Amino acid sequence: MDRWPDHKAWFLVLPVAVLVAFSAIIPLMTVVNYSLQDVLGGTYFFVGAEWFEQLLHSDALHGALQRQFIFSFTVLAIEMPLGVAIALALPRRGWQVSLCLVLVALPLLIPWNVVGTIWQIFGRSDIGLGGWTLNELGIAYNYTSNSVDAWLTIVVMEVWHWTPLVVLLAYAGLQAIPDAYYQAAKIDGASAWAVFRYIQLPKMRGVLTIALLLRFMDSFMIYTEPFVVTGGGPGNSTTFLSQYLTRLAVGQFDLGPAAAFSIIYFLIILVFCYVFYRALEGIGKGAP
Amino acid sequence: MTLTLTNVTKTVAGETHLADVSTELHPGGFYILLGPTLAGKTSLMRLMAGLDRPTEGQIEMDGRDVTRVPVRKRNVAMVYQQFINYPSFTVYDNIASPLRRSGMRAEQVDTKVREAAETLKMSHLLDRLPGELSGGQQQRTALARAMVKDSEVLLLDEPLVNLDYKLREELRVELREIFARRSAIVVYATTEPEEALIMGGNTLVLHQGRVLQQGPTTDVFRHPASMQVGRSFSDPPMNYAAGDVRQDGNGNREAVLAGGIRLPLLGHLARLAPGRYHFGARASHLSVKRNREDDLSFKAAVTLSEISGSETFVHVDFGEDHDWVCQEEGVHRFELGQQIDVFVNPRDVYAFDTDGWLVASPVRDKTRQAAQ
Repeated sequence: MDRWPDHKAWFLVLPVAVLVAFSAIIPLMTVVNYSLQDVLGGTYFFVGAEWFEQLLHSDALHGALQRQFIFSFTVLAIEMPLGVAIALALPRRGWQVSLCLVLVALPLLIPWNVVGTIWQIFGRSDIGLGGWTLNELGIAYNYTSNSVDAWLTIVVMEVWHWTPLVVLLAYAGLQAIPDAYYQAAKIDGASAWAVFRYIQLPKMRGVLTIALLLRFMDSFMIYTEPFVVTGGGPGNSTTFLSQYLTRLAVGQFDLGPAAAFSIIYFLIILVFCYVFYRALEGIGKGAP
Repeated sequence: MTLTLTNVTKTVAGETHLADVSTELHPGGFYILLGPTLAGKTSLMRLMAGLDRPTEGQIEMDGRDVTRVPVRKRNVAMVYQQFINYPSFTVYDNIASPLRRSGMRAEQVDTKVREAAETLKMSHLLDRLPGELSGGQQQRTALARAMVKDSEVLLLDEPLVNLDYKLREELRVELREIFARRSAIVVYATTEPEEALIMGGNTLVLHQGRVLQQGPTTDVFRHPASMQVGRSFSDPPMNYAAGDVRQDGNGNREAVLAGGIRLPLLGHLARLAPGRYHFGARASHLSVKRNREDDLSFKAAVTLSEISGSETFVHVDFGEDHDWVCQEEGVHRFELGQQIDVFVNPRDVYAFDTDGWLVASPVRDKTRQAAQ
């Protein structure tokens, strides 16, 4: 008996395939294409891995990458404990809960460039409430000329903007702990620290890992807020990866290097995604 | 150590959780708190543990007033419906945690932990984390942690309710044996009358924050002091119908129930004086077939028939909104609305006065039991 494989089923996959091709594969391949060529007056030259080599030896990239890591880790080191602390301090029941949650979540509702603008104005030493007050108190503060001040501003802004997310996640984790755990701890005579260390923290492990992932990814790709506040300056002191990329692509119109950089950036994020994905997978097994 | 509660009342935000509860629990005793959800079982346990303070009343341990003594200064242990263990500790560390906190030497802790694990058949699981255990094993861990403490009061708040049927039966039998050997006061809350009967000991029937009746479990079951106890301590609840005891000119008395059912006053019912009563019969004493010569029968319409395991629960209606449930061994099929004969032996019928208090309960006759 003849048996012809039935290929009709491929038609069912076609819409998805077309969608993915246009939305992901073709744009991505365009970037790959650019990253391997040089464009001169409408003529394309194949340059191989030249852009990549150039970038990997570029001090500007190294600087941006280093600043990016320092920034992300600083921000995480502040936001995670602070978020957990705020979540612990929030009321657990009653009408105050919704009020507190809304107040805490407020910064999350503000568009990113508005957040930047708010802090840009707030920090100005001539008319900004924050900057002016600091200077009046005798603390020389100017984020446009002093790179430490610029860093401080960006970090504080980021913490202000995103700690609420950690708070919300940690709070959700806390609320999910049955009351019986606290009773049991009381009967055992456990101290407040023991309750935190052996009940609350392990029970929050899942949500805190998710918070860590989200916050790392977001802070690693930060663009809008520093762009609005400092524009990457003074000098290059607050130029993070995204700023650098934009300068390369839009400012200098170096499409080849910019494309190569995009791919490297993408790969870095991909690696971290994978690491975190594995970490997340492990959570389900450890804690109940 | 004896735990005494005197006129204990607990109100929270104007809502009465417990009303005027008095009881005395003795060491080595096994006490069941039986009642539906919101009856006050957990509230009562929290007071016994010292997690809450009563609004009024007194709690004493061996005559010493402990009403205001906080939980950490009392020697109690508690097991919950949920499986409560330290998530990041192994089973071993979980069981050891109360001992370590009390400052016990490491070798002694080790002996005790292994002993408890042995009793609860989980010696092979000591290295696991709670998250890696099944529900039954998690609850065993919690039980071991509570038992290892050698507390004077052990409170178990529906500990088996979240386990599947098979595990529940298994653990129930084990627990009964384990408790029998202990000198602590064991308090066990449950919503299931059947569980109370299996576990034995003493039962306190709770309803809407009040202790309706207390005493040895079988006594309470056989002689429910009130109609509410009859409802609470039967599953399905006891069936009731109002009726009048009448006497004719010859001095012969009989009861006429709702729906015109004539109930001969046999056995314990013979001494009922003329007047109005509520008559009650347990579902297990109703039948769709004649079992004894002197069974009373009446006609009723089937409103629902449910099969549970190897038993059939037939809901019948015999007019004037009297819905009774009849529990029949075996699997039977009935049509909805079908008219059937329902049988009950007058000797199994309880009588309550118009205020709902028990007047006459079936005598437990050895010879009759044997005849069945």
